[in-house]
Formats: sequence, C-alpha cells, structure tokens
Amino acid sequence: MDASYFLISLLNGLSVGLLLFMLASGLTLIFSMMGVLNFAHASFYMLGAYVAYTITQLLGFWWGLLLAPPIVGLAGAAFERFALRRVHKFGHVPELLITFGLSYILLEVVQLVWGRQALNFLPPESLRGPLFTIVELPSPGGLSLAFGEPPPACQAVAGASCTQFPSFRAFGMGMAVLMLVSVWLLFTRTRIGLVIQAALTHPEAAEALGHNVPRVFMMVFGGGTALAGLAGVIGGALRVTEPSMALAVGAVVFAVIVIGGMGSLAGAFVASVLLGVLDSFAVGSDRSLADLFGALNLAVTPATFGYAVWSVKISQVAAILPYLLLVLILIFRPKGLFGTREG
Amino acid sequence: MKFRNRLFGLPVAASLALVSGIAFAQAGETVKIAFIDPLSGPFANIGQNQLKSWQFTADQFGKNAAGVKFEFVPFDNKGSPQESLNNLKAAIDQGIRYVVQGNGSGAAAAISDAVSKHNERNPGKEVLYLNYAAVDPALTNERCSYWHFRLDADTSMKMEALTSYMKDQADVKKVYLINQNYAHGQQVSRYFKETMARKRPDVQIVGDDLHALGQVKDFAPFVAKIKASGADSVLTGNWGQDLTLLIKAAKDAGLNVNFYTYYASTSGVPTAMAAGVGGKVRMVAYSHNGVPGVVVKWQDEFKKKFNDDWYTHATYNGVAMLVEGMAKAKSSDPVKVAAALEGIKFKGFQGEVEMRKADHQLQQGLYISEWRKADAKNPYSVENTGFNFQQVKAIEPYVASTPTSCQMKRP
Repeated sequence: MDASYFLISLLNGLSVGLLLFMLASGLTLIFSMMGVLNFAHASFYMLGAYVAYTITQLLGFWWGLLLAPPIVGLAGAAFERFALRRVHKFGHVPELLITFGLSYILLEVVQLVWGRQALNFLPPESLRGPLFTIVELPSPGGLSLAFGEPPPACQAVAGASCTQFPSFRAFGMGMAVLMLVSVWLLFTRTRIGLVIQAALTHPEAAEALGHNVPRVFMMVFGGGTALAGLAGVIGGALRVTEPSMALAVGAVVFAVIVIGGMGSLAGAFVASVLLGVLDSFAVGSDRSLADLFGALNLAVTPATFGYAVWSVKISQVAAILPYLLLVLILIFRPKGLFGTREG
Repeated sequence: MKFRNRLFGLPVAASLALVSGIAFAQAGETVKIAFIDPLSGPFANIGQNQLKSWQFTADQFGKNAAGVKFEFVPFDNKGSPQESLNNLKAAIDQGIRYVVQGNGSGAAAAISDAVSKHNERNPGKEVLYLNYAAVDPALTNERCSYWHFRLDADTSMKMEALTSYMKDQADVKKVYLINQNYAHGQQVSRYFKETMARKRPDVQIVGDDLHALGQVKDFAPFVAKIKASGADSVLTGNWGQDLTLLIKAAKDAGLNVNFYTYYASTSGVPTAMAAGVGGKVRMVAYSHNGVPGVVVKWQDEFKKKFNDDWYTHATYNGVAMLVEGMAKAKSSDPVKVAAALEGIKFKGFQGEVEMRKADHQLQQGLYISEWRKADAKNPYSVENTGFNFQQVKAIEPYVASTPTSCQMKRP
C-alpha cells in the first residue's frame, strides 16, 4: 500500500508542479527581460482556459489547444504594444500598476462574456480514461504497472490495491516538458534567442547593433502570455474553468518565481516541482509537531501549553507551506535558489 | 425612483385592501423577500438554481390562502458571512422585511445574529429569517434565535437518519471522513463519530480531513490518501464544486468506495457522478426526486421552464409556511407572522410537517436515496444524465427528531 501511495503522490505532485511551471516560466521570462512583474499573468492563464473552451465548443479540443495560446499571446502582445510601452518611460511602479489594473479588467471581461459560473470544460474523449494503473499485490506480488484500464487481478486478488493515473494529467505533464525543452532550445540554439539574451543584459548595445529592442520586448511579452494561455488550456480542463481560477494560482506563481529566483527559468522549474510535490505529500500527512516531540521523548498532551498549535496536522497547513517557504527564502537567500541578482 | 415607488405603493396597497373589502389586511400585497446566497464564485451554480427555485415556487403559489404575491430580490453574498451582513443591511435599507438564505452555516450564523440585533434595536422594522439549507445544529441550539426558522433538517437529525441506515450495512467497516473546514463540515465529522460510536462501535474511522471551503481545485492528493487508508466508505458533507471535484478525482484514480453524502443532488454533482463512480453514492436528505406528489409534478415543469433541476424542495415548504402563517396572522407584518409560525402545522411537499416551537426547527421525515439508472418506476432524469436518486429508506419524523437545548428569548 505504501509504495503505490508514494508513487501516486509523487506523480500527482509532479503534474501539479509542471502545470505551475508552465505558468511561472512565462512570468519569470517577462520579468527577466523587461523588469516588469506582470500581475495580470494569471489572468492570461484564465483567458486561455476560456478561449479554449469556446473554441472547443465550436471545433473540438485539439483546435482549442492549438489556437488559444496564440490568441492569448496576441492579446498580450497588443497590451504590451499599446499600454505597457507607453508607461515604460515613467518607471517600474506605473508598469506594475497597469498590469494590476489589467488583471481586474480581464476578470470583469471574462465574467461579462462567459458569466460567473464554472464552465463544463472537459478533456477530449480520447484522454479521459486512465493512462496506466499502478497495481500493488499483497506480498510476494509487489508493485507493477499496467497500461490502460485496471487488469483483472485488481478484482480477482483480495487485498490488491489499484490506482489509476488519468491520461490527461500525463498529457499535461508531457506538454510542460515539451514546452521547457522548446523554450530552452529557442534561447540557446536560435538566432532570435541570442538577440533576446543580448537585449536582456545589454539593451543599448543590442539596439546599437540594429536590433529592434522594443519589438523583442513585445515578442517576449506575447510569448510569455501565450505560455500562460497554454497552461490555461491544460489547467482549465484538468481542474475547473471559472472566474476565480486566476486568483487560485496567482499568488502561488509569485511564490514559485521568488523561491526559484527572479528571472531564472531553471529556478522556476525546480521551485514549481518542489512546491507541487510538497503540497501533494503534505496533504497526505497527518503528522503534527506533537508527533515530532513525541519522537524526541517529550510528552505532549492536551494539557500541554499551546496544544492547539502543536497538534495541527501537516495536512491542515498544506496550503500555507509555499508561503512559509517563500518567507524563509527571502530571509536566508533573497536572490532565490537559482537567482543571479540580489534582492 | 425608489422613493417615488414607495409613495405610490402605499395608497395603492391601501386602496386595494379597501376595494377587496375583506378582513385580510395583507391581501393583494406583494411581499418582497431578500435572497442572500452566492451568485458568483465557486458555488454560483447552486445559488443561481436556488434563486430560480424560490421564484418558481412563489409563482406556482400565485393564488394562495393569504392572497399575497412573493417577489424574491437577489443579493450576491459570494459565500462570505461578511458580505451577507452587507447584503442584509442593503435589503433592510430597501424596506425588505423577509430574508431567505441557506448556503453556508457561517453566513447563516452571521445573518441570524444580525437579524436578532436589528429587531431588538428597531422595533416596528423587524425582519424574519428563513434558513433553508444551513444545517449547523448550533443555529437551533445554543445560538437559537426567535427570528430564525430552519426548513432543512440539521446535522444531528441527518446523522441520526444516515447512521440508522449505515449500521445495517455489513460492508461499512472503514469510513473516511472528508469535509469542508467550517462550522458545517466540522459538525458533520463530530456528529458522525459520536453517533456511529454509539450504534456501530466496530466501525473504524480511518481518516478525518478538513479542507478549505471552495479552495481545493485538485482533490487527487486527498483521493490518494483515501486509497492508502483502505477505506470502504467515504462520508462527506461537501456540497457544490467541493463534491463535484472530489467525485471526479475519485473516478480518475479508480477509487472503489461507497460515498455517503448530504448534497449529491446539488448542481454539477449529478453530471460528475454520471461519468462513473467506483461504488454507490447514497444521500441523506429531507427529500429526493422520487417523493410522490408535488415534487414529481413540479420538477418536470421546472425542467421545461429552465432546463434545470428543482432539488431544493425546501422552497416549497418555505413559501407554504409563509402563506399559512400570513393567513393565520391576517397580516404580512413579520412580528405577527413570526408569532403565527411558532408551532405551526402545515402541508409540506411530503405531507404534514411542523415548525417546532421550542427551537424553530422544522420536524420532517428524512430519506436515504441512492444514485441509480432511471427506470420505468423512477423515470426522472437528473441533469439529463439518465440517472436519478431512488429511495432506499424512509425515516419517520419522530425518528429523525433530536432534542434541543435552545433557550428561546421571545420578545
């Protein structure tokens, strides 16, 4: 039982982490490039889910997956071109404020167009079943994997424990890995990646060499929001497509990029996976500080001072762990795990 | 605009009463009722459905014994107690004297307290509060209020009924509790443990989780935990999205357990269940889609009108009780109506029911129903899934009834 629980929790955590990474990568790219902390990033994630939902209704899921990210990317690029660029000369605070305002506008627009209720956005028919089943037979059977639906042994053998892993989760994980590899290739192996990297560190020099740096900025912003849109398509179908979905991930994505290090793609990856797995295991753990003290031979009883705090289970505080980690990172390593700049 | 309406309204109502010339001062009046519940956010689908249910019921009662018309004025409390208080204030400012609310015992407690205080401080402007779904027993026990009337059955009653069914199920050995972390969810967990320890001490509680209300979007980690615990049954008081997503995650992971629920009939859950659940889903409630009489007749009309399901049958008892109370009090003044409602017996959708005087808890029978494929005997199709709830046990009102510790302060 324990081994299959460990495996499925790890997989669940990885899938959540990779979804987070799809979001965080765009945010951290935009930040490293333009120095803009895009508060509306999670709103583009939501927009991606809603646009994909509408396209799915008309043309099917695969067209939604294909078309929604570029549409969201175009919206992001247009926002950069016509709004963000204009306030750029006033400094960082107005830039921050305008993205903050945009998040409110997008929320209202989405509620006006699609309504305030959750939409029934489902994965495509072909990806609804389980991809594989983790079968754990009572000893000496051990652990094994079976593709597709649970094998007959699950019913036949008493004490067998079978857990399915949904195809769509695996598909989302695959998309995230694909995205990571292609973004990395784009940056390191293509000419446009070189220009972006140059504009990142030495914008004046790149401009002097004849590159259109504002256009590069626009492309990065559009690209970053398109990645958020892609995450939205996966996240919307995997979880729920509703107006509060931006709020649900907005805060934790910022925790991810701060923990990983502002502007670091590798950092965003490690931090997202870390937070995803941490959450998955924390929810499943009923240990508390009282147990820890117990292990140290310190008796903690309901009569002990502060028992209400000591007896809180890890599963009850799972939701605040990312922010606890955020605070610790800011205190002990302000540049983040993989960050290059201080503060 | 509002001011002018009120000026015109008074003489119109007065002249109508004169013209009709009968003793009923309230006849011909339109009674406005504030509907305070979530109309946006994770539970919006439920609030929207219930708003339609109330107005639908009121329209069905077009010609009634009291001669009044009811108009429901929606207020969106976003599921929050704080917002509910703002809504209540806005409703009172608009001159509304009746309030209905149901989703969330936290919001219910806030409204009940605020109504009591308001009525104490503003004699002549009293407000009456009908709670149609918030089931925290405290509302009719230590925190009971004279102005609060509950139409749903509280958790102590539902647990009494549910455990009287579960104790006879031989396959219930290991139960996992998963609930929302607020008054209602905590009470479900507490009452289940208490009642089950009394009726079936051999049943093991293998897990007891509380999660944030409406915040969890991915139940996969919880389902993995349930699986690892070896539970054969899951007991949950979750409603709306929190139940929909739990059922979906259970299906995705191939969790093969029976679900014992309170609110499997709420919007969105039936569609999720139709996709498949490893085990059976059973529900304890004061009603289900197969209760003969009003329910069977009206749910078809409701579906025709809104292409949605009428599952909050408490709306019927709410309107029926108000009509009866107003006819008895010969007035729509909440003070007189509240006095008339104490201990009132009236015809509910399921037969005669009584609003107990001691704590204002409606005394009614309860049902255990199971989610099954529709057949010739039970043809109704919930959320157009081809499935519905079918009765497996009915519990008489006197069995479901639980004692109260309420020390009612009457004005």
